[in-house]
Amino acid sequence: MNFEVRIMISLKSGMLNPEARAIQHALSDLGFETESLRTSRVFDIGIEAENEQEAKKQAEEMCVRLLANPVIHSYSVEVKQL
Amino acid sequence: MRFAVLQFGGSNCDRDAVHVLEDVCGVDTDLVWYKDGLKRDYEGVVIPGGFSYGDYLRAGAIAARTPVMKDLVRHSEKGGLILGICNGAQIGAEAGLIPGVFTINEYPKFVCRKVCLRVENNSSPFTSLYREGEVVKIPIAHKEGRFVAPADVLKHLEDEERVAFRFCDENGEVTPQSNPNGSAGNITGVLGKNDNVLLMMPHPERASEDILGSSDGKKIFDSMIKYAESM
Repeated sequence: MNFEVRIMISLKSGMLNPEARAIQHALSDLGFETESLRTSRVFDIGIEAENEQEAKKQAEEMCVRLLANPVIHSYSVEVKQL
Repeated sequence: MRFAVLQFGGSNCDRDAVHVLEDVCGVDTDLVWYKDGLKRDYEGVVIPGGFSYGDYLRAGAIAARTPVMKDLVRHSEKGGLILGICNGAQIGAEAGLIPGVFTINEYPKFVCRKVCLRVENNSSPFTSLYREGEVVKIPIAHKEGRFVAPADVLKHLEDEERVAFRFCDENGEVTPQSNPNGSAGNITGVLGKNDNVLLMMPHPERASEDILGSSDGKKIFDSMIKYAESM
């Protein structure tokens, strides 16, 4: 079966995010006062797997082995059957 | 004695490292393309600076997952020396040679300038020719060089005296103002658990000849050579 997994990698809460801070400042300059702002990186990956559980397992392994650095990142995985 | 300098797509300080080792320090050195692997034993391996794989994903992340890293881990387990400089430090940290990570600078722009470092540990194979507490001038050039590790890991690194260099001012004072990227504890050079790995963001190969304005970095290469000679 074909699945699309959406992997979202974010900085762990409390981690300094210079990119988000710069964007928040820029929004403020435009008159938008924001309480908080976080950025994440999204990967949409098509994979073939026997079932949804297997697809999720593969995606989590991708996070652990390459896409996230556990020192600074957390991740979430959503699976959609195509 | 023979050293190797690893070359990835996007390495750009590889030839500088070879030049310093071979022409300045007088050691036979192979420039090794990562796909060729480490085919023989080397006393020391340098992972040079640059932008391997365009810094895609995270600086050093993709190079850290290439097969040559298995050779490098084997080399390290046999007691061989590994010096990771700048992108090489990011690659080494991503490969788990030290705990922690070098990530985006606190002020997220590229910084390229000469900085002062305090030598925190002169009992390692990389720093034996310095005096403890010596202040040296070695340039940095990076956007992702802020050293980050959880508090317990930082304490562990301090307790085990694995901090090799910290950013400091000209008098050797470790201050927030002398920290160009926001690194935890001003740390910018970390030793591996057996002291045979040093990962550092500053570029000692750019400070190894007087004509470049400083030869303070040369002692790192000379220390490695002296250590290898004593083995």
